[in-house]
Amino acid sequence: METFIGKPIKRREDARFLKGAGRYTDDIKLPKMTHSAFVRSPYAHANVRSIDTTEANKADGVVAIYTGSDSCGTFGVPCGWQVDFKNGETMREPLHPLLAKDKIKHVGEAVAIVIAETLEQARDAAELVQVDYESLPAVTDPRKAMEPGAPLVHEEWPDNASFDWCIGNDRAEVEAALDSAHYVTEMEFRNQRLAPNAIEPRSYIADYDVNSGKWTLYTSTQNPHLIRLLLCAFVLGIPEHKVRVVSYDVGGGFGSKIYHYTEEALLTWASKEIGRPIKWTSDRTEAFLTDAHGRDHVVKSKMGFDKEGKIVAHLTDEFCAMGAYLSTFAPAVPTYLHGTLFQGVYTTPLIHLNVTAPFTHTVAVDAYRGAGRPEATYLLERMISKAAKEMDIDPADLRFKNFIPPFDGVNEPGYQTQVALQYDSGNYHGVLKRGLEMLGYEDFRKEQAVARASGKLLGVGISTYIEGCGIAPSAVVGSLGARAGLYEVGAVRVQPTGKVSVFTGSHSHGQGHETVFAQFVADKLGIPMDDVEIEHGDTDQVAFGMGTYGSRSLSVGGSAIIKSVEKILEKGAKIAAHKLEAAEEDLEYAEGKWTVKGTDKSVSFGDVSLTAYVPHDYPEGLEPGLDFSSFYDPTNFTYPFGTHIAVVEVDSDTGKVTLKRFVACDDVGNVMNPMIVDGQIQGGVVQGVGQALLEEVIYDESGQMLSGSYMDYAMPRADDIPMIETDRTVTPCPHNPLGVKGAGEAGAIGATPAVVNAVVDALAHLGVTDIQMPLTPQRVWKAMQN
Amino acid sequence: MNISITVNGKVHTHDIEPRVSLAQFLRENLDLTGTHIGCDTSGCGACTITLDGSAVKSCTLLAVQADGGEITTIEGMANGDEMHPIQAAFKENHGLQCGFCTPGMVMTAVDILKNNADPTEEEIRHGLEGNFCRCTGYHNIVKSIQHAAEQMKG
Repeated sequence: METFIGKPIKRREDARFLKGAGRYTDDIKLPKMTHSAFVRSPYAHANVRSIDTTEANKADGVVAIYTGSDSCGTFGVPCGWQVDFKNGETMREPLHPLLAKDKIKHVGEAVAIVIAETLEQARDAAELVQVDYESLPAVTDPRKAMEPGAPLVHEEWPDNASFDWCIGNDRAEVEAALDSAHYVTEMEFRNQRLAPNAIEPRSYIADYDVNSGKWTLYTSTQNPHLIRLLLCAFVLGIPEHKVRVVSYDVGGGFGSKIYHYTEEALLTWASKEIGRPIKWTSDRTEAFLTDAHGRDHVVKSKMGFDKEGKIVAHLTDEFCAMGAYLSTFAPAVPTYLHGTLFQGVYTTPLIHLNVTAPFTHTVAVDAYRGAGRPEATYLLERMISKAAKEMDIDPADLRFKNFIPPFDGVNEPGYQTQVALQYDSGNYHGVLKRGLEMLGYEDFRKEQAVARASGKLLGVGISTYIEGCGIAPSAVVGSLGARAGLYEVGAVRVQPTGKVSVFTGSHSHGQGHETVFAQFVADKLGIPMDDVEIEHGDTDQVAFGMGTYGSRSLSVGGSAIIKSVEKILEKGAKIAAHKLEAAEEDLEYAEGKWTVKGTDKSVSFGDVSLTAYVPHDYPEGLEPGLDFSSFYDPTNFTYPFGTHIAVVEVDSDTGKVTLKRFVACDDVGNVMNPMIVDGQIQGGVVQGVGQALLEEVIYDESGQMLSGSYMDYAMPRADDIPMIETDRTVTPCPHNPLGVKGAGEAGAIGATPAVVNAVVDALAHLGVTDIQMPLTPQRVWKAMQN
Repeated sequence: MNISITVNGKVHTHDIEPRVSLAQFLRENLDLTGTHIGCDTSGCGACTITLDGSAVKSCTLLAVQADGGEITTIEGMANGDEMHPIQAAFKENHGLQCGFCTPGMVMTAVDILKNNADPTEEEIRHGLEGNFCRCTGYHNIVKSIQHAAEQMKG
C-alpha cells in the first residue's frame, strides 16, 4: 500500500493558487460592503490640537467618520506577554488606542477612520480631514531612548524603559571569568530593524449582522482563534461565541500577521455602528509604517576563551527597541526567545545577558521570522568567527572544539543549558561535518588563496545555529510571562463513508498544511491521501487553536491531530472486535484494516466507520460516531539546528558583494515532506541573506521613516541569489509522536551570520574585522579603505 | 470614460473613472481577483498580466490606457482543468508557497519564455527581477521556469 510520510508529495493547495482562485481577504466582496481609509499622523511625536471632519463628512459617499473622541477611543489592543523589571516593578504597558486622541507616538499612527461607499471615496474624504498637530522631538534609537533627557514616549513614566531583564549566571562571576580569560573578543553592533514584508498586505473585513447579533471578521492572520480571544475579551468586551473569525488564504506572514492590530478591532466595532460590512486593505507604505517590525537590538558583547580555544565566558548587554506600544508578543522576543538561546551549540560554562527594552517613537517591534533567535545566532556566530580569526584558529575547528557532544535525548539525557532550557536532542558535529563536505571546504581555502594572489576577493563564512521551536509547554511559558497557553487543537472526524475531515488550529499561510497534514493522517490510518481533507482558518469549524508561528505547526499542531487519530483507532478497534467477534488485544491494525492476528479475518476502516454511524450491531455501551478532538500541550520546546555556509566575492572597486554559493545542512528532526522542508529552508535563507546584505528600516532623528517603499527598502530579488544547496541530517525529536522539530525559521536564523562572516573573511587580509549590516557596497567599500 | 478591453478572450465594455488602475479594474469590475496588488508602485510585480502579449504591471497602468487592448490574466492561462505548462511546472517544482506572488510570477514567465525559449538560469533570474517572492527564495521559481521551457520546447 502506498505510504506518504517522507515523500515529496506535490501540494494540493497549488491548483487554486496557480489558477488565480486563492481566497485572500481582499478578494472577498460582501453585499452592502463599505470601504475605509485611515487618516494617519505624518509626525512621530506630536500633540493633536484638533481634528476637523466637517468637510470630509460632506464628501460624496461618506458613510461615517470616527476619531479618538468617539467611544472607540477608549479601547486599546493588549500585549500578550508580561516581562517585569529585574527589581520586581511591573512591566510598563501603555494603552495602545484604536485611534490616537491627544498624542501621536509614531509616524503612521491613525487618528481617524473614514468609511465610504467606495475605496476612492473613502480616500478622497480622508484627505479632507483637517488635523492640527504640534510636532514634538522624537527618539527612535533604543540606546538613545535610555539617555537622560531623551524625549519621553509615555509621559506617565520617568524614563523610556518598558522593562529590563537578565538571564544566565551571576554577572560578577562571568566578569571575573572574562578578566582571567586567555583571550577576549569584543563586538559592538546593531542588529538592524527589518520590515517583514509579506507580499500580501494586511486586509480585514468586519461584518456585523444586525439580526443575529453576530460578527464575522475576515482577516489576514496567522492565528484566527487568538485574534477572536483578544478582540472579544481584551479589546471590545463582546461575547466570544458571537464572533466568527475567518482567515482563508493568507499571502505570507513571517510573524507580522500574528498580532492583533488596531485596524481589525476598529473595523469590528465600527461595523456594528453602521450596521454594514467594512473592508480595509493596507497599501504598501501603510504596511511599512504600521506592520510590526523585527530585530532592532543595539548590542555590546564580550566572549572569553582559554588557551585551547574553549569558550570560558560570554557577557552581553543589549538595548532592544519595543517601539511606541507593546505589540502582542513583543516583550518575549528579546528575552525568552533570545536570551534562552545564548548557549548556542557550545559548552560555554558561564553566560550572562542583560536586556533593556525601551519605548521609541517608532512602530512596534515584534517577532519576525526567527524572532530573537536570529539575533542570538548572529551574535554568537559572528563572535566565534571573529575570535577564530584573531586567535588564528580555523573557524570550523573552533566550532568543533566547543560543540556540545551528540545526544539523542533517549539514551543520553537532554542538554541542560546555562540559560534555562534543556535541549531535546542534537548532533552539532554532524551538520558541520556534512556542511563542510558539501562545500568542499579545504579545496575552497586553496581556491581562495589563489584568487587572493590575483586580487580577487573571495570569502567563506560558517554559521552553526540552534533554535527553540514548537512553543511550548503552557505551564513553562506561563511562568515566563505568557498570558496564553501554547498548546494546539486537532480534531479528526471520520465520516460514515470512511472519508476523513481534519480540523486544525494551526494556520497555513504558505507552509502547505493541507498536503503535509494529510500525508501523515493518511499513513497513520492506512487510507489514501485523497480520503483526507484538512480544514483550517475558521473559528466556527475548529474548536480552538493557537495558530502558526515559531515553527510549531507540525510539532504541536501535528501532534494534536495524531492524538485524535489514536483515539479514532482505539474506538475503531472496539467496533472491529465486535464485528470480528474477537478480543481487541487479538487485533492488529495495518493498511486500513483490523485483522485478527494470525488469521485472514479482517474488517476495513470504511466498514468500521459506517458501523459507527449505523450502530445496529454494535458494542454495548459504546457511543455511536467516530469523531475526536484533542488538545496537545508539548512537554518541551523542539531544537532544530544546522550549519549554513556562504561563499561570497567582493568587488574590489565597488564593494559590491556577490553571493556565489550557499550551502545549508539542517537537522529538523524527522521529515514529513522533503520538498516542502527544502522550500522552507531556501525561502528562510534568502530572508537571512536579505538582512545581511540589503534590508534596513531607517527612521531619521525626527522619527520619519526613510525606507517606506520598495524604492527605498531593498529586498532580495531573483538575480541577487544563487541556487541554495540543501541537505539534512536526521536527529528525531524524542518528545513528540512524529519526531519532528520544525523548519520554518531555520533559514532566516542560520544564513545572516554566514554571509557576514564570509564578507569579513574575504576582506580579513585588509584588516577588516566587522561591518555593520546591511553590507551595502558603500559600507563594504568604506571598510576596505580603512 | 467608456473602455473596451478584451480579457482572456472576452470583450468587456465598461464606463469607469479615468483614475482607475488596470489592476483595480480587473479585480473590482471584472472580479478577476487572481491579479494581486502587493505595492501599488510597480515594485513587487504581483499584479503582472500580459497586455498585447507583453508582461506589464497592471497596478501602474490606468485601465483607460489599456482601452482596445488584449489582456491575459492568470485566470486565462489554464485550458479548463488542464493547466498551462508554466502553471504545471510551478506545481511540479514547488515554485510557490503562499501563492500571493504566484500569478505575477507565472505571467512574467510567459513573457520570459516568449522572448527566449531556452533561457539560461541567469537570464531567468534577470527576467524575474521585477517580481518579489518572500517565501521561496526564488530557487524553485527558477527551476519551474527551466522545467516549463523544456516542456514547451518538446
